[in-house]
Amino acid sequence: MEITDKMIEKLTDLSRLNFDGDQRDKIKGDLEKMIAFVDTLNTINTDGVEPLIYMTKEPLELRKDTIGTELSQAEALSNATSKDSDYFKVPKVLDK
Amino acid sequence: MALSDYSFINLVSVREDIVSKKISALDLVELYLIRATKEDKYNAFLEVFSDSARTAAAALDQKIASGEAIGELAGAIIGIKDNLCYKDHCVGASSKILDGFKSLYTASAVQNLIDQDAIIIGRLNCDEFAMGSSNENSAYGVVKNPIDTSLVPGGSSGGSAASVAANLCMASLGSDTGGSIRQPASFTGLVGLKPTYGRVSRYGLIAFASSFDQIGPFTKSVDDSELIYRVMAGKDPLDSTCSKQPVHKKRSTQSKFTFAYYEEVINSPGLHPKTKELFFNKIEVLKAAGHEVISTSFPYLEQLVPCYYVLTTAEASSNLGRYDGVHYGARSKASEDIPSTYFNSRTEGFGPEVKRRIMLGTFVLSTGYYDAYYSKGQKVRRLIKDATDDILSKADFLISPTTPHPAFKVGEKANNPIALYLEDIFTVQANLAGNPAITVPMGTTEGGLPLGFQFLGKSFDEETLFAAASLI
Repeated sequence: MEITDKMIEKLTDLSRLNFDGDQRDKIKGDLEKMIAFVDTLNTINTDGVEPLIYMTKEPLELRKDTIGTELSQAEALSNATSKDSDYFKVPKVLDK
Repeated sequence: MALSDYSFINLVSVREDIVSKKISALDLVELYLIRATKEDKYNAFLEVFSDSARTAAAALDQKIASGEAIGELAGAIIGIKDNLCYKDHCVGASSKILDGFKSLYTASAVQNLIDQDAIIIGRLNCDEFAMGSSNENSAYGVVKNPIDTSLVPGGSSGGSAASVAANLCMASLGSDTGGSIRQPASFTGLVGLKPTYGRVSRYGLIAFASSFDQIGPFTKSVDDSELIYRVMAGKDPLDSTCSKQPVHKKRSTQSKFTFAYYEEVINSPGLHPKTKELFFNKIEVLKAAGHEVISTSFPYLEQLVPCYYVLTTAEASSNLGRYDGVHYGARSKASEDIPSTYFNSRTEGFGPEVKRRIMLGTFVLSTGYYDAYYSKGQKVRRLIKDATDDILSKADFLISPTTPHPAFKVGEKANNPIALYLEDIFTVQANLAGNPAITVPMGTTEGGLPLGFQFLGKSFDEETLFAAASLI
């Protein structure tokens, strides 16, 4: 399958990744190779086969809806690059 | 006894040495701290947890002095892959994007070891986000194989393999998504176990592909593998995919087994001749001991790695969406607004292999291609699982070499991702189907490079898997 510039544009946008210059050509070539590699799946007839989605046979149980504290606010903020005492900080969203 | 003379035999004897006060836990920790720092010529350890290891050892010595009961892993000096959380310690999945990240909680599997008095000595290098088969994709450099430092140790749990092979720790934990424990264990002459999917809690394991990932041990013996497995395995309310089935406490006493193998693969020219020779030698040994060995075929051999690849990249592209540079992890200094925070932090933070997999995963999940690739992959996965179950209804185990080749040179396959993916041909089946699998050393090439023999067993029957593995 040929990967077009438009497809790369869409995939990089969805992935929130930038590929500039040479890297863009490289990822295009890599994707084409990888897609050709996985295309062999389409040689298998899967008519009427249910997709395998969950690996566990046991029914998934919901936990009890009880209130608990897993992380304090200070803990949750502790790994942020930018924060103040109460919030994660991000670059300005709205201009004045 | 001079401390430096202490040589590790197995985890049970370490515990006995501690209990009988032949050596103190603190002395053991000091010995291994020296090894993990001064003798790590392999770039295996990313960080050594000196303070917490000393504190844990002192507490253990205190317990022994006061006659308190001690855990099954007392004195076990264990390293953990850099994708396992350990509260108040850094963890980074060998990625720049998690530079400086400190765990807020401990992975259940690691906690289970600590609860049995194991001592966590440090975190071990790996391929970034566990994506790779050679440990050449770490942001912190290539790990070298202690058997020959010009060779890769395998991956993605390369540091976990190298550290145990070089006696820098007694055992280690890794994670296995498509062979990331078994392949490096094979390349370094160790025992490596991937438990059944859902047998060991994944809580606190940095996710790569959630329906494939399992935590498992690297050890020098099947007995040690079994001991660590038993301590780690079992239900966990913090991981809803973790099974509630009880963990058997004893090895199966079954003594005669039927083994199946793929004759056409073993005879394929793509296999190293020594791999084939050693594998057939072991088959003869098994037959001579009265076991039955049958040849079988598998209709989806060609689809194994592609199916693994489509599904794991899809899951990875979703799992790695959380690294946005906002709540934790590295943020790009070039961020001017919200979109550029996301784009630049991710572009600067992730390495090339991770980006490649995110892109493929995004492709297979995207509108217009979802049915042809992702959904197709899930259907083929069902067929692979059913065909695997079918083989295991006729045989107790599927056996194979763990890898087609011994460890390769650093850089040899770095520019050919597809060649690297083919290294996973024997290992991915267990992750696709969810079954447990173990590798044990089966011998070496003329050049002294180890090769592994793999047993793939029935789900939730590790007890019988250990019984079979001890035959080799």
